[in-house]
Amino acid sequence: MSAPDQDAEVPDHPPLFRFDAVTVDLDGVRALDGVSLSLPDHGVTVVVGPSGSGKSTLLRLCNRLEAPTTGHIAYRGQSLHALDPRRLRREVGMVFQRPVVFPGTVRDNLLIAAPDRDDDALAATLVRAALDPALLDRDASGLSGGEAQRLGLARTLLTAPLVLLLDEPTSALDATPKRDFERTVLELSEQGTPVLWVSHELAQVHRMTDRLVVLEQGRVVLLLDDPADLDDDPVVSRLLAPEADDGSR
Amino acid sequence: MGRGDVGALGVALSLLLVAAAVALSRWQGLRLEASMLWSVLRAMVQLLLVGAALTLVIDPDRPILASWAWVVGMLAYAGDVVRRRAPRIPRLWRLAVGAFGVTSAISLGVVFGLGVLPHEGRTVVPLAGLMIGNAMNASVLVTRRVVEDLRDRRAEVEARIALGHTAREAAHPSLVTALRTALIPQIETTRAVGLVFLPGAMTGLILAGVHPVDAVLVQAVVMFLVLGAAATNATVMALGLPPRLFTADHRPIWLVRTTEH
Repeated sequence: MSAPDQDAEVPDHPPLFRFDAVTVDLDGVRALDGVSLSLPDHGVTVVVGPSGSGKSTLLRLCNRLEAPTTGHIAYRGQSLHALDPRRLRREVGMVFQRPVVFPGTVRDNLLIAAPDRDDDALAATLVRAALDPALLDRDASGLSGGEAQRLGLARTLLTAPLVLLLDEPTSALDATPKRDFERTVLELSEQGTPVLWVSHELAQVHRMTDRLVVLEQGRVVLLLDDPADLDDDPVVSRLLAPEADDGSR
Repeated sequence: MGRGDVGALGVALSLLLVAAAVALSRWQGLRLEASMLWSVLRAMVQLLLVGAALTLVIDPDRPILASWAWVVGMLAYAGDVVRRRAPRIPRLWRLAVGAFGVTSAISLGVVFGLGVLPHEGRTVVPLAGLMIGNAMNASVLVTRRVVEDLRDRRAEVEARIALGHTAREAAHPSLVTALRTALIPQIETTRAVGLVFLPGAMTGLILAGVHPVDAVLVQAVVMFLVLGAAATNATVMALGLPPRLFTADHRPIWLVRTTEH
């Protein structure tokens, strides 16, 4: 028998995701370069960095939309590679930057995620995503950008995810729908769903962050556990444009 | 000269038509005379060679196995044509040859197994050739269209995968679109037959002196064989493509292009 595991990095509550020297090459370009990182299993972790810094790749690794070229990733203490990818993807839900609307009604869109749900369950999910349940019969192609993004969130919620990955989900939204979307996600986080949120806006980072990961050229250049440190940090102020603060985009 | 027979003199006289085309080209300064004469010469040599080979293979005294060996050769070559038209898709030759095999087994099985046409060298090789030729076009069309449609729907496909769909589920809308694209021309041709054009088999039979009604019956069999073969082949190809376009963990492989430049 082997001796009891004395490795302090295998605690009772393993991190949500743990990256060990993860490198990703996409079409000959190094998207992530030796990233080692532990993300906690609670709150909202915001990932920021200039475009091309590897934010989306980091997020997409978490539900295996990308695979590491080298290195290892663990999800709640289990090797990501050893898990059933389909179960993992339903457990680790993803909302994309551009809202994806499938042909058909809002109901058709929701049934893609959960074909056996009845209208009551679908309506309840719309409410959770702050959408009017009367939209079920509406042609989904006629939704506004904000509504379409919420529909994407509702569709993801139908797989009963334990974790949410959000890849710049509000970048195409105006100020009001953006704030509404943020509020919904904060509520989900408070109800116990850990969130990984890719953003490029300083103001949004202020509103959402429990913990900040800053990427540059595929490497982690800063980790902040206390959002109060945000204001004084030279890396943050260099990388995040203050003109996006007014949320008027 | 018997009915439908064309002797050497007949062929020589028909060359007058080529001479007329050459004369027209010269008169109008098209400078196509040399390429016209070369293509006519080439066509004659190719057709004579194929005719000689077919004579050997479909000789009634030769075992029918020789005809089937010819068919197997056609299958392998057609598989290679499909592979070359979409060289970036892995293991495509195996899929294409498998699809041709399934298609041949079903369609030739019906035609010969049920005695629709006599099982002889003179029927096996031409019918298999016709069927494989059409199935090959359907294969190439469906393969290219699946790859293009998946790329057009990239966001949709990724969203489905992220929702836990399998590669096959995520690719399904693209497979449907590609199959429709590949089969609609066949259906249109079948619908317009006789009204717009008289198809090749029927024209050939009538020229050879066969009664038009008998020619029509043969043509009907050929047409149904071609339609059935194209549909079967395209479907087998579409079903076999997802494992070649996605990883084992259902991640799409985005092919940059389907043909080499």
